Amino acid sequence: MAHTDQSKIRNFCIIAHIDHGKSTLADRIIEQTGLLTSREMQAQVLDNMELERERGITIKAQAVRTVYKAKDGQEYIFNLIDTPGHVDFNYEVSRSLAACDGAILVVDAAQGIEAQTLANVYLALDHDLDVFPVINKIDLPSAEPQRVIDEIEDVIGLEAQDAPLISAKNGIGIDEVLEQIVQKVPAPKGDPNAPLQALIFDCVYDSYKGVIVFCRIMEGTVKKGTEILMMATGAREEVVEVGYFGAGQFIPCEELSAGMVGYITASIKNVKDTAVGDTVTDAMNPCKEPLPGYKKVLSMVYCGIYPADGAKYPDLRDALEKLQLNDASLFYEPETSIALGFGFRCGFLGLLHLEIIQERLEREYNLDLVTTAPGVVYKVHKTNGDVIELTNPSNLPDPSEIEYMEEPIVSAEIMVTSEFIGSIMELCQERRGRYLGMEYIEGTRALLKYELPLNEIIYDFFDALKSRSRGYASFDYDIKGYEQSKLVKLDILINREEVDALSFIVHADSAYERGRKMCEKLKDEIPRHLFEIPIQAAVGGKIIARETVKAMRKDVLAKCYGGDITRKKKLLEKQKEGKKRMRQVGNVEIPQKAFMSVLKLDDKD
Amino acid sequence: MKDDSLMLYLHVPFCVKKCNYCDFLSFASGDDTKERYVDALCKELVGRKQEMLGRRVSSIFFGGGTPSLLSHARIRRILDLIRRIAYVDKNAEITMECNPGTATFENLKGYREAGVNRLSIGLQSASSKELKLLGRIHDYRTFLKTYQDARKAGFLGVNVDLMSAIPGQDLAAFRETLESVLGLSPQPEHLSVYSLILEEGTKFWQWDQEGRFQGDLAIPSEEVDRAIYADTRERLTKAGYEQYEISNYAKPGFECRHNLGYWTRRDYLGLGLGAASLLSEVRYQNETDIGKYLADPLAGRSAQTLSKKDQMEEFLFLGLRKCKGVPKKEFLECFGSSLSEVYSAVIEKNVSNGLLEEDEEGIRLTKRGMDLANYVCAQFLLDEV
Repeated sequence: MAHTDQSKIRNFCIIAHIDHGKSTLADRIIEQTGLLTSREMQAQVLDNMELERERGITIKAQAVRTVYKAKDGQEYIFNLIDTPGHVDFNYEVSRSLAACDGAILVVDAAQGIEAQTLANVYLALDHDLDVFPVINKIDLPSAEPQRVIDEIEDVIGLEAQDAPLISAKNGIGIDEVLEQIVQKVPAPKGDPNAPLQALIFDCVYDSYKGVIVFCRIMEGTVKKGTEILMMATGAREEVVEVGYFGAGQFIPCEELSAGMVGYITASIKNVKDTAVGDTVTDAMNPCKEPLPGYKKVLSMVYCGIYPADGAKYPDLRDALEKLQLNDASLFYEPETSIALGFGFRCGFLGLLHLEIIQERLEREYNLDLVTTAPGVVYKVHKTNGDVIELTNPSNLPDPSEIEYMEEPIVSAEIMVTSEFIGSIMELCQERRGRYLGMEYIEGTRALLKYELPLNEIIYDFFDALKSRSRGYASFDYDIKGYEQSKLVKLDILINREEVDALSFIVHADSAYERGRKMCEKLKDEIPRHLFEIPIQAAVGGKIIARETVKAMRKDVLAKCYGGDITRKKKLLEKQKEGKKRMRQVGNVEIPQKAFMSVLKLDDKD
Repeated sequence: MKDDSLMLYLHVPFCVKKCNYCDFLSFASGDDTKERYVDALCKELVGRKQEMLGRRVSSIFFGGGTPSLLSHARIRRILDLIRRIAYVDKNAEITMECNPGTATFENLKGYREAGVNRLSIGLQSASSKELKLLGRIHDYRTFLKTYQDARKAGFLGVNVDLMSAIPGQDLAAFRETLESVLGLSPQPEHLSVYSLILEEGTKFWQWDQEGRFQGDLAIPSEEVDRAIYADTRERLTKAGYEQYEISNYAKPGFECRHNLGYWTRRDYLGLGLGAASLLSEVRYQNETDIGKYLADPLAGRSAQTLSKKDQMEEFLFLGLRKCKGVPKKEFLECFGSSLSEVYSAVIEKNVSNGLLEEDEEGIRLTKRGMDLANYVCAQFLLDEV
């Protein structure tokens, strides 16, 4: 049979800075190509989301196929591939982009170009995508479309004079966008009869179908019964079903041929067998080499996650297992803390990823968690020549065995209006940033370039950035590599006992300041006990800061009569409930949130 | 074990004006509302006749608000009604709360003649400055008049309410109030000394939020508060009073039986706006909306059945308020298990921390335990089974 006509296929994605209207434009495209009426759109998309949530698979559609009847009278197949919009997921973004042939760049008519706009455009251009701009939110009173068009031409160098001026929210100018997709996104190439070569850009786990692999067919054809081979992981399976993406549903079809975007199921039980970026080929007739760009995803940020109630440890383990089915970039392994008991050391792509996982564990699995301060991966070079990748501060070897340590460094780009340049530079300086340079984008905006230690930006850098620029600064970064650094382990002693879960690695110069703030914070968090409790910060056994929680003096209600009893009992119950949320360390009870208090030490803002 | 005795509580929600620290169910009102309220109260009494059937009323307590805003005729009307529909023990303790300046000698005499035999006067402080801050309507001279009138009217059991930890107060200032009261002749038979608690919704709470309790009006520190508490206990013991509850002191034989009843979980029937009751295993609360109560005083009473766990917990946290503590024998009789079966770990821990004392009779708070009563009592709440 004839393969699908490649000249009638357009594979594209939408790139934008956060809040510039990417999702809204995607919705409009789906709606106006007639895949769904606007009424169905509400009903169907929402229903499906709920189902997805129930099954614990991805919350947002990763790709959708629609059919557009263009002004030339021809019908075109649009494959819109959704890309995650955060720097944590840069690798995933790059794989999604690799599955496309073109990209729509959405720029807010009032905000103009932002840090993520640039980062995303460069990423798209790196993947040889044809990018065309769209100016969104033109109906806002503060919209300045011409200024933004000029900016796009000046800064990015993209032809923008014929960019559609649209309002995705109000459905203005969408026709023009659809026409430009046909004209400006190139049709896919590739030989349907060549050996199979397909790029995995995402996958989800379904309890009935197993792993559902999202892929773009670069060369060849795949259909039911093909024995496929994942070139990086080596997994082999027979294809059970192929198909494409309806609005929130999987629609089976005969075959997927070169140029198409769709899914494959093959009774794959383990999501680890399907790595994003891997190449799928025909085991019987393999392609010569895999597609370029595959990387093993590495965790950048680690933290300890413990159940608040120790008895819930098995529940936490099950929940992590389930989450990992859909998220191969989540890493976890069991660990034990003297203070917190049994839990897991978990690795994430970044802080946002960490927060998403934490939120999902709490919301979807109804778990109450204690999370330790997130840290990065340090390289510890020992005197005996060994190199340890340190993910848990407690495992730091004795200082006498350490030759030197290295920490990860990122290249950061911060876009900011000129009035805030000073305060942002000050912030970067405080965070041990190395100034690389500054470019003026246009009269009033600048792009600051810094190198920053990753461990300085994972806590609250983003919040600090926002508050010091009144929300105007935008930020993007890339991991650059490792550099030697003067790092020490800061220990916290409560009632003279070291609390392992509170230890963290910090630059030697900020150890004193951090230690002091930490003690102050803990003093407020730890309730009074029957006895006085010293709280100390120490580096290598030397005490560098101290606070004291005074002994309890009074905790009594003067009055208690007939009507009061219910109230009094509620008060006692609250008190008892509070105790449950405490962790016993030695004979001191520490509230759960104290373990996370290290996160919020920047009280300046 | 429950006996056949029953205590009655009657709530009188009226005040001349609301005090700045008060979060009780009370408000100012006209004479017409008072009349309608007494009507409703009587209607409720009649309606609850069944609940008093076969019971011996061992104490009656008029609380408020300010019960002394009701004339002696109205109090008599209520007491006469109770005697008609229920069996009131001839030795019953009948207490009325009274605020200085609200009761004339004539009324006090009338209350006494109507059967009231114990009077509780809300003095709070002997300092005019403190009284003004608290928003009280009286000064110390007014109190003296009321106190003497009460004695003249024949009241033998008189309690005086005092308040400590008033903003700006120190140990010496409180001591002055205490000495003034001990200088009365005759001395009150009973004293209640409460430390002030800032309650949400009161003016004091608001003022504290606004930062007005600073400097001269600083809220006494925990250290000062506890010093006052210890000093009061010492001074009153020397003066012949015995502490029998966290905040209550009495000359021998003058303990308030009604309040002791609350702390030993005797049955009580609460009547009037918002009044609480405990009848066997059920706790009730009356309607708290005055309009609704006046319209139908028997409607709107909510009920909560107490589980055995609830009852045990109450038995402990109420019982521990008393200096005598929780008796082992009664616990066993009430619940069929011994105190140590249920609570041995908690008892042991608190005994070793110096907060509880244990002997054959029972368990009780130590002096330090009284300072930290909530901390101790919270540990006696049981986990859900």
